[in-house]
Amino acid sequence: MAVLVIAEHHHGGLSDATHKVVTAASKFGGDVDILVAGENAGAVAPEAAKVSGVRKVLKAEGDSLRKQTAEAMEALVVPLMANYDAVFIAATTTGKNIAPRIAAKLDVMQLSEIVEVIDQSTFVRPIYAGNAIMTVKSSDAKKVITVRGTAFPAAGNDGSASIEDAAAPSGPFKSEFVSEEMVKSDRPELTGAKRVVSGGRALGSAEKFQEVIIPLADKLGAAVGASRAAVDAGYAPNDYQVGQTGKIVAPELYIAIGISGAIQHLAGMKDSKIIVAINKDEEAPIFQVADYGLVADLFNAVPELTAAL
Amino acid sequence: MKVLVPVKRVIDYNVKVRVKPDKSGVDLANVKMSMNPFDEISVEEAVRMKEAGTVTEIVVVSIGPQQAQETLRTALAMGADRGILIKTDATVEPLAVAKLLAKVVAEESPELVLLGKQAIDDDSNQTGQMLAALLDWPQGTFAYKLEKDGGKLTVTREVDGGLQTVALTLPAIVTVDLRLNEPRYASLPNIMKAKKKEIAEKSPEDYGVDISPRLTVISVTEPPVRKGGEKVEDVAALVAKLKTAGAV
Repeated sequence: MAVLVIAEHHHGGLSDATHKVVTAASKFGGDVDILVAGENAGAVAPEAAKVSGVRKVLKAEGDSLRKQTAEAMEALVVPLMANYDAVFIAATTTGKNIAPRIAAKLDVMQLSEIVEVIDQSTFVRPIYAGNAIMTVKSSDAKKVITVRGTAFPAAGNDGSASIEDAAAPSGPFKSEFVSEEMVKSDRPELTGAKRVVSGGRALGSAEKFQEVIIPLADKLGAAVGASRAAVDAGYAPNDYQVGQTGKIVAPELYIAIGISGAIQHLAGMKDSKIIVAINKDEEAPIFQVADYGLVADLFNAVPELTAAL
Repeated sequence: MKVLVPVKRVIDYNVKVRVKPDKSGVDLANVKMSMNPFDEISVEEAVRMKEAGTVTEIVVVSIGPQQAQETLRTALAMGADRGILIKTDATVEPLAVAKLLAKVVAEESPELVLLGKQAIDDDSNQTGQMLAALLDWPQGTFAYKLEKDGGKLTVTREVDGGLQTVALTLPAIVTVDLRLNEPRYASLPNIMKAKKKEIAEKSPEDYGVDISPRLTVISVTEPPVRKGGEKVEDVAALVAKLKTAGAV
């Protein structure tokens, strides 16, 4: 019995999401190995070897894996699956891009964004924007699973796994990386942050978003999120979107400012420990999930809150 | 080029779903159904590409019960040319959908298949990627922008942290994200015209695809309900509450 975890990493550092996936994978049972593929795999592999409970780390470096394109990752992982009963990967955009491709090649149905491992074939996952929770049993011989990070605690760092090389697949592939345009930010990463301050349509402009939301987030050391309406209106980058089709967060503290609380937004934040809502519409659905609600004009209340902290 | 656009009939995104008391699933009786919002975006994109002269024909396909025909009609009213309904009352999982679509692709030979990034009912986000794997085609998932340049398709993707651009050699699979476009409403004359457009009826058996599910649903339950919170008077009261709770 063995499980392969595909590591998520950026700029030479292992992402916290990987630690959470390892926790989910250990609940499945058997030996847990981590595959570190792509750019900087050499730098990340020793970090992966320290994750608690890991047997060994497979390191795959090579031009074809540089940006972990789905085709190259499929070519790398599918042959490796001869040695594994399951592959676990974080339900990030990278994981969601790669995993179904691997599943189809193995002729198995993927289990998306699981929040619980019951046994080796039974898993729990949310459906309908988190409005229903489904327990499913898989009859497939091998399991391909993406994991919702917020549902599992991060594994520790007291491991000492060995590191082995795995050969990078040789291309050419029919897709190639051209460029990327990343949002620069010194803030905590949204999905892993302990505190999140989110702004909605009521902010009215990108300038007001900056002026009202950012100082409060700075004061709290919080990540910044946004509703779809705020993103669509250009107040915040796409990457800030919290919700069914954006990021799923579950911080200790989530402050929703000028967000009405549509089903699709709640899907992304209702597992937060404490939810605070500031909205001038006292009928806004966000108040039904908020632990503390303040009915007030955000342009007065938020600066006042920032000053009071 | 010819484009294939798969569309799914799902519970309307505004409906608050109810779990059945026997925990067998979600209550779909007498609930408003519509086209999956992401699929509206893929139909819209195909129609815009046709209007720009990049696309010659748009074929829409749906797998589901007889009523899925309405979803196809909506796509035809938006500007698609003809439809294929693969009729089944069974629940068809993404892997089986991908296998059926692979057969349709073999028959229709499109150069591009445009899918939604996920369906808002099962929230799987798998079908496009699986279809790409089965066909050995390149994939551009979560598309924010699309541009055809000769035999290549440049796709800008919404990824964690920002945007990424990839170049795909056609034929290719693209799954669309929310911000690719704003789907149009079908006008009444176009709805009337859509009634005359052809929809071919097929069955999974016609394609020789085994659609039996790999996953058995053990139960579907309500998510835990959050305890009702309280409203606070002013900012000072809010700060006091947060301090007591240890949140700040």
